[in-house]
Amino acid sequence: MAEGKNYLNHETTIWSWLTTVDHKRIGLMYLFTISCFFIAGGVAAILMRLELAKAGGDLVAPDVYNVLFTLHGAIMIFLFIVPGIPATLGNFLIPLMIGAKDVAFPKLNLLSYYIYLVGAIMALLAIIPVDWISAWLPEFLTNFLTWLGLSGPADTGWTFYAPYSLETGSSVIWMTGAAFVLGFSSILTGLNFIVTIHKLRAPGMSWDRLPVFIWASYATAVIQTLATPIVGISLLLLIMERVFGVGIFNPDLGGDPVLYQHFFWFYSHPVVYIMVLPAFGVVGEIIPVFSRKPLFGYKAICYATLAIAVFGFIVWAHHMFTSGLSNASAFYFSLATFTVAVPTAVKVFNWVSTMYKGSISFDTPMLYAMGFVFLFMVAGTTGIYLATLAVDVFYHDTYFVVAHFHYTIQGGAVIGLIAGLHFWFPKITGKMYNEVAGKIGWVLVFFGFNLTFLPQFVLGMNGMPRRYYDYPPEFEWLHTLSTIGALINGIGYSFALLNMLYAFIWGKKIAPRNPYKSLSLEWDTQSPPIHENFEETPTVTDYPYAYGVPVKEAV
Amino acid sequence: MSEHVASGPPHVHHMDAKTAYSAAKLGMWLFLATEILLFGGLFAGFAIYRWQYLSEFAHASEHLNWKMGALNTAILIFSSYAVVLGVDAAQHGENKKVKKWMLVTLLCGCGFLVVKFFEYKSKYEHGLFPGTVDHITNIAFNSPEFNAQYKMFFGLYYCMTGLHALHVIIGMGIIFWIYLLAKKNRFSTDYYTPVEVGGLYWHLIDLIWIYLFPLLYLVG
Ligand SMILES: [Cu+2]
Repeated sequence: MAEGKNYLNHETTIWSWLTTVDHKRIGLMYLFTISCFFIAGGVAAILMRLELAKAGGDLVAPDVYNVLFTLHGAIMIFLFIVPGIPATLGNFLIPLMIGAKDVAFPKLNLLSYYIYLVGAIMALLAIIPVDWISAWLPEFLTNFLTWLGLSGPADTGWTFYAPYSLETGSSVIWMTGAAFVLGFSSILTGLNFIVTIHKLRAPGMSWDRLPVFIWASYATAVIQTLATPIVGISLLLLIMERVFGVGIFNPDLGGDPVLYQHFFWFYSHPVVYIMVLPAFGVVGEIIPVFSRKPLFGYKAICYATLAIAVFGFIVWAHHMFTSGLSNASAFYFSLATFTVAVPTAVKVFNWVSTMYKGSISFDTPMLYAMGFVFLFMVAGTTGIYLATLAVDVFYHDTYFVVAHFHYTIQGGAVIGLIAGLHFWFPKITGKMYNEVAGKIGWVLVFFGFNLTFLPQFVLGMNGMPRRYYDYPPEFEWLHTLSTIGALINGIGYSFALLNMLYAFIWGKKIAPRNPYKSLSLEWDTQSPPIHENFEETPTVTDYPYAYGVPVKEAV
Repeated sequence: MSEHVASGPPHVHHMDAKTAYSAAKLGMWLFLATEILLFGGLFAGFAIYRWQYLSEFAHASEHLNWKMGALNTAILIFSSYAVVLGVDAAQHGENKKVKKWMLVTLLCGCGFLVVKFFEYKSKYEHGLFPGTVDHITNIAFNSPEFNAQYKMFFGLYYCMTGLHALHVIIGMGIIFWIYLLAKKNRFSTDYYTPVEVGGLYWHLIDLIWIYLFPLLYLVG
């Protein structure tokens, strides 16, 4: 099946990759790039956990620790998980799933990849420790870096809160500039997907026949397009403040740092859904296939997806309960945050109901999908604690928040990405990974993840603040457990990714055209797909979850 | 030998011409939405501080020259009119007229920037500008009547009009590109997408100014 021409081998030069406008290749280039940053952000996390394993400072200095958590946050969020599923699986799958030959604006798609690269380079510049390495550099180079406005690696945390971000001597301008440029790339990707889904659906692919992954990508794209400009302007104003002393967020000049927080969270709450909605879509595709049952409550899932996207815009100040909100607005934001739990719970119940009395096979993608449902449930229920006004005042800025956030973003978005990569691996590469190794990877990731973050809930409940370099000895055993978990987690991810990388490059096992007998349109073409996706434009006659009725013949 | 005239929409491999046209239009509308939100942050910030520092902002606003602002408003409104005529000409495949109206729009853009330059220059001469570099801080806002709220007003003024001026420059680039296409006789009754979506972008630039002008210059 994988014989003959496909999108991977119809041209093979490096140049053909760098100048490609093929959405499948652009998806793979994104995948490669964000994986590099996933590793970089992971290394920062491991270093941080190693420092925290024992009380007292023993691995890095306190200011290096500040840099580490800034790097971990900024890299993981802006360079890895925001592009995350949309830029990789979304790019690859959206046209295939709706029966199109490409996205609406292929050149714009490539442009947004290069804009992403520019942003990535700016972020890398912002982490050069100029003052530490200047002793070994030739003088003109040091002068050049200083002239660029580079000093030391950014140390503000990924949130760039004013007024500290206005005062610190580090390369904040470059890091916020990078986030601005990356946001622009994200906007262009989202815009491209919205137009693609509106205009390029194959005949018969009506909105009520769209796969849930497409619904999720659509809702994500709307958030990308409408929320990102706000963070763009706030970061721009922050840069203006640093360069020209404009004073919007600086209390010394009559500005208001809380306004910065409003602007920032107006984007940065919805951005959580940019990360996690596509993962909902991935899981919604996987569960019915491996349960051999129609997706339970298809329409409810689609509407819940849109509802989450809309609600996501009206809850931002729940990050600011301790920043001086009026009682009335704190009450409102708490209540509004609770409402988000409704559509999310609808989804969880639908996934579980899909599995109920299904004939479940526990292949690697399904294990990740089920792991996702469990971890996301923990994330959701602990989110209720944080939405509760009285409780949040205590939990705010503790490890409880850190644990909740990682259950959402790592347990949700990252596990969703890994699940999707396993599920569509045969589609993307035409090969099969080693199933046993895949399962071992899952066990390590799942066990390691819980061991890392369950203790952090307890730490937070006992009052351990986030971003602290040191802590009293009674917290030590929980921190040690968490560090051991992080190491296992890291080994698990390495194992899973290397398993897939090995199969992609050296793997001999050729995948059948539709190994999981999915009914979705992307499996209707050969694996890996031909350059044009389909020999001829397909016509769609049903929604893709009619399992239990005779399955289409797998060629 | 007769000159080869390229006509009809350019070949796109992945969709038919009609879809390409409506996709381009939808794409531009979405992009305009992001632009409005980008400026929306500035408008929101301005509204909040104007409400907080009402009288200071009113005083600071008196330093702006409303006549120059009004002149620029007139220039931009006229340029939008020129763009509309350009779009109409493109829809009828009259490339010569497209060229003419794009040139008029470009001239309007230049005129706007020239007026803006003289405005900035006179502010600079009065020390009405923010700055952190040493030799600038000494002259920036050096009069005692310029308090923190003055600086805030002018900070917002420069951010808003500066970002808008940047958009005028980008818009002029797009208009110039349309001019070049028209010079190659690329537009016909079945292909005029660039003129239409480029025109939409130019209208947005005009529209944003129409909000900036009363907000900064007139409301006292
Ligand atoms: Cu939030």
